[in-house]
Amino acid sequence: MASQPAVTRPSRRKARGAGIAPWLFISPWILGFLFFTLGPLAFSFVMSLHDWPVVGQRTFVGLDNYRVMFLHDPQFWTSLGITVKFAALFVPLNIVLSFLLAVLLNLNLKGTPIYRTAFYLPSVISGVALVTIWSWLYSKEYGLLNYLLSFAGIDGPNWLGDTGWSIVAITIASLWGLGGSMLIFLAGLQSVPKELYEAARVSGVPAWAQVVHITLPMLSPMLLFTFITSIISAFQQLTIALLLTKGGPVGSTYFFAMYIYDNAFKFHDMGYAAAMSWVMFLIIMALSMLVMRWSSAWVYYEGEVRKDGDHA
Amino acid sequence: MVHASGGASLADLRIESLHKSFGPVDVLKGIDLAIRDGEFVSFLGPSGCGKSTLLRSIAGLETLTGGAIHLGGRDITDLPSARRDIAMVFQNYALYPHMNVRKNMSFGLSLNGMKTAEIDRRVAEAADILRITDLLARKPKQLSGGQRQRVAIGRAIVRKPQLFLLDEPLSNLDAGLRVTMRAELAALHERLGVTMIYVTHDQVEAMTLSHRVVVLDKGRVSQFGSPLELFHRPANLFVAGFIGSPKMNFLPARITGQGEGAITLRADGTASDLTIATPARPDPARPVTLGIRPDRLEIVGEGEGQLTGTVQLMERLGTESHAHIALADGTVLVAITDGTHPARAHDRVGLRIPAADAHVFDADGLALPRALDPATERLLTQ
Repeated sequence: MASQPAVTRPSRRKARGAGIAPWLFISPWILGFLFFTLGPLAFSFVMSLHDWPVVGQRTFVGLDNYRVMFLHDPQFWTSLGITVKFAALFVPLNIVLSFLLAVLLNLNLKGTPIYRTAFYLPSVISGVALVTIWSWLYSKEYGLLNYLLSFAGIDGPNWLGDTGWSIVAITIASLWGLGGSMLIFLAGLQSVPKELYEAARVSGVPAWAQVVHITLPMLSPMLLFTFITSIISAFQQLTIALLLTKGGPVGSTYFFAMYIYDNAFKFHDMGYAAAMSWVMFLIIMALSMLVMRWSSAWVYYEGEVRKDGDHA
Repeated sequence: MVHASGGASLADLRIESLHKSFGPVDVLKGIDLAIRDGEFVSFLGPSGCGKSTLLRSIAGLETLTGGAIHLGGRDITDLPSARRDIAMVFQNYALYPHMNVRKNMSFGLSLNGMKTAEIDRRVAEAADILRITDLLARKPKQLSGGQRQRVAIGRAIVRKPQLFLLDEPLSNLDAGLRVTMRAELAALHERLGVTMIYVTHDQVEAMTLSHRVVVLDKGRVSQFGSPLELFHRPANLFVAGFIGSPKMNFLPARITGQGEGAITLRADGTASDLTIATPARPDPARPVTLGIRPDRLEIVGEGEGQLTGTVQLMERLGTESHAHIALADGTVLVAITDGTHPARAHDRVGLRIPAADAHVFDADGLALPRALDPATERLLTQ
């Protein structure tokens, strides 16, 4: 033991004076982050302060883009409303369904690996292929969905052509990608020590109470993560709506992200689109912060030890 | 005394031909046990002997393949864990990490509709017994190993069960704490007077804590008796080799003569016969095994005693020394001598086996009945 410091000291000194080598190793990431993430981010804010057509003269307009958006653009509010409505449908359903699926898969029934793969598979399918499949499924006349419903004597709705059903159709198609959150929950479930349930069983804790008082608290970090990532993906919803309904019918699925897309690439008003993007960013950030703050009341972290010691 | 049981019936535990298989693997192959009310019994055995499975079967955490379990006169074989009137302490404590100590102890009670005043009274009482009152607001993470263990025991106490099941509760503690907690557990049993079953692979824990010990080997009860019975009258080779440390020395032997109440045998490599008092009359044609505990094997001068060997290793423990002595055929025997014994490695020494201290096992590994000195006999019958 006594000789150990003498052995390690030179190597430590070497590490401290290693100079540029470690930076070189992480430079690909740092450069990528600077040029492809932070740079465009900052640049988009500058754009949002300009009247910035794709071709032609750029003019600095200050906060005018934001003023127009909030005060003179009813389409901004409508598309934001549609997005909020979608998020209100998608976020809770995504969490509840992926959690329930994970619980089912965690029962270790026969064929679990097959189901696990099957449920995760849609998450790796490209968005365009996924939308193509769903557009066939949803077809009013020839769609598989309505065909199956007809067996139950149900005259299926016009999924993509009815203003009431279109957003439901998009929600269902979006939920097809819940395999990711399901895997996160499944990993969480499998990390809960089984003795906790056994101790509860011996103490006469009913099964529902085991879920509420053991499973949910133990999975709360995963719930929080899924909650926030679901909110983010709900607000950024673009691909499915763009390809499946093109915002229709009658603008019923004209999402906020799609309005940004149209402003940028159809109306060529980059400044306005950038300003809207920043508004979306602020909304997502505000919501995430709200959830994070609220989460301290219900999220339990394994490694965390609180001063007050108790919030149970 | 805080005696527990809800009813008047005594908490005798009776297990009848209990079988448990996991798929094709038979883990418990017919266990019969009768444990008396208020007794402290240990299940002792090497890993894989089925001791934890047996405990979990009693707890209702395993579905039995066959057999029956009765507690206090009730058939609990098919009852869910919660209705067996038992409490269990798990090896890794199984504390709910997100609940504070108070909640950990009261959680099961409050969900079963117990009144808050009664819960508070029970938690306070258990916390007082275990000296964890000032820890009630803490989370398990903020507790030391010993404190967590106390909370786990407290969670069992508040249930006031008929039967306590403890699954290697001290194995995650460091050596010093283990000794302290061992004494505390003994005191706790004394105080509560409840039947306790304790699973361990540590024979010191089993011997020091228990009234009686169940030695399990490959899913069967090898012997069920008091600690001293196991030590002085091991029923078979397995128990003889498992109980006692360092373990008993074994030598193959053959019977050379049988007299009235005694047999004469000659162990391999020995120069002379050994006459051992036993009423048994084993088949002289079949080989037997001679057993001698290290503390009874005497190191004598070369040429004296029945055996001669070379010291391989002297382990000096201070109060005693363990001499590892190799015989001509390579068999290594261990003898415990006093701490200042002068023997050193490579010394040639003689070994003497006192006939009165020898154990003899027949060809099937079963012990022949042996006579004990009066003092030991008195201890065993107490």
